[in-house]
Amino acid sequence: MVEALFRIEDLRVDVPDMTRKPLFGAAPRLEILKGLSFDIPRGTVLGIVGGSGSGKTTLGRALVRLIKPSGGAIAFDGKDITHLSDEAMRPLRRRIQMIFQDPMSSLNPRLTVGRIVGAALGLRSGDRRVSEALEQVGLPAAFVRRYPHELSGGQRQRIGIARAIAMRPDFILADEIVSGLDVSSQAQVLNLLQGLVKELGLTLAFISHDLSVIRRLCGRVIVMQAGAIVEDAPTEALFEKPAHPYTRELLDAIPSPDPSIRW
Amino acid sequence: MSAFLEIRNLSARLRDTGERVLRSVSLEVPVGAVQGLVGESGAGKSMIGRAVLGVLPKAVEIVEGEILLEGRDLLKAKPSERRRLIGTRTALIPQDPLTALNPSRRIGPQITDRLVDILGWEKARATARAAEILAEVDIPQPERVMRLYPHELSGGMRQRILIASAFAAEPKLIVADEPTTALDVTVQKQILHLISQMQARHGTALLFVTHDLGVVAKICDSLSVLYAGKVVEETTVQKFFAAPQHPYSAALLAATPRHTDAGASLEPVPRAVLDAVSAEIAADDASWRRHG
Repeated sequence: MVEALFRIEDLRVDVPDMTRKPLFGAAPRLEILKGLSFDIPRGTVLGIVGGSGSGKTTLGRALVRLIKPSGGAIAFDGKDITHLSDEAMRPLRRRIQMIFQDPMSSLNPRLTVGRIVGAALGLRSGDRRVSEALEQVGLPAAFVRRYPHELSGGQRQRIGIARAIAMRPDFILADEIVSGLDVSSQAQVLNLLQGLVKELGLTLAFISHDLSVIRRLCGRVIVMQAGAIVEDAPTEALFEKPAHPYTRELLDAIPSPDPSIRW
Repeated sequence: MSAFLEIRNLSARLRDTGERVLRSVSLEVPVGAVQGLVGESGAGKSMIGRAVLGVLPKAVEIVEGEILLEGRDLLKAKPSERRRLIGTRTALIPQDPLTALNPSRRIGPQITDRLVDILGWEKARATARAAEILAEVDIPQPERVMRLYPHELSGGMRQRILIASAFAAEPKLIVADEPTTALDVTVQKQILHLISQMQARHGTALLFVTHDLGVVAKICDSLSVLYAGKVVEETTVQKFFAAPQHPYSAALLAATPRHTDAGASLEPVPRAVLDAVSAEIAADDASWRRHG
């Protein structure tokens, strides 16, 4: 049994439903995540897939404790982080990194690449670890002096990755990081991520609505619908023999680039 | 000659820098056919759709070429004639159903306005037609939906309404600009099936702009692959997916993920292919300048 980096038990998140709040008293709670349980073993890549509104982004944010769960437990590296305060989370933050969907809004337009990648480390842009991180994502060290607007979408997304891996994290959460990219840059980013996972022994949770991207990268997939996990299976098994009707529906809906396959 | 839309040697450039954004684009859309326009972002695929509809951004000017609609050149027609042709023969299915609908107006008038203002229909006739076409795209209780506001409907419903609106005046050509990019895969499938059905039933030609070769494989008859405003390959869907001819379009196809096979690795478009296609374009531009 491989030791799990993340262990999630009966995770629940709810928010007050303000549209149904009575004049006096508390608003009724709206459940976003309805009791999820799963592990993420060290060194594995977990895909989280689902339609819009299925709760996949909320799950990601709860994992990295950007939002506070309302029930259940999250253990990271054997330590219960479910109710840690911001203060108590801080030492763990370095080890848990995020890559965001839209690199244009997650990279500060007024900072150079060097400062973006170095900022969290408290490093200057000339530091060796910054150029090392850039090199690992396949960008020339000269990019430290560039600004985000001078880069293409794929390059910007690689800066997001460089910023995450510069921290030498144990875990990275990637939320729809290739959805906005053209297929060619998408292939580059996916190949890069695949290489980094092997090379650095990263543990990765990869959120996407696109099952064909998940198949490329992930060892195991969680399928979400309406805040619940409807299927949790190794990638190959999921694609060969989807067990849940919703998984089959998702698979059937993908337009494959092959006109001979009926759709 | 049965091409409903024919674009010949269309070139456009940016007014301020003079940079060419469309490079001698030629393509034909036969009556009732579905033509895909594929390319990466910035390839100029939406630009072609906009040129046909006469709504290019102000920063872009057409420098040469012809856009023939039923054999009449839109670029040489008088503005009033051009507006009449575009208004009565064409329609658009836009990408984002939320920004394409006015949030402060009810659904009904947003469909009927066009019928009344451009085609000069009676209000009552336009309203009846709107209800009829909404029912055709499987909107339950069309009369009730026409009194709703866009925010009261789901993304899929809004996209259905825009499809209905596009078909309402029985146009001969519809430009569909990434109509399903913002939707979930399951909803995307329903919407694409709906567009195909409506297109076949009404015999409408479609100019289908998309970045997704998977979508092209499912709904187009033929396609043009664009790179930097140049058509690098124009062919039928069957031929293209069997054996793409241009190295760039072959590389684009190789970079497209398939969920159906596990082993194949994804290859980004190789540097050498990009260099070659850029060289091709530079040579093209040079000879174009000599002539022009």
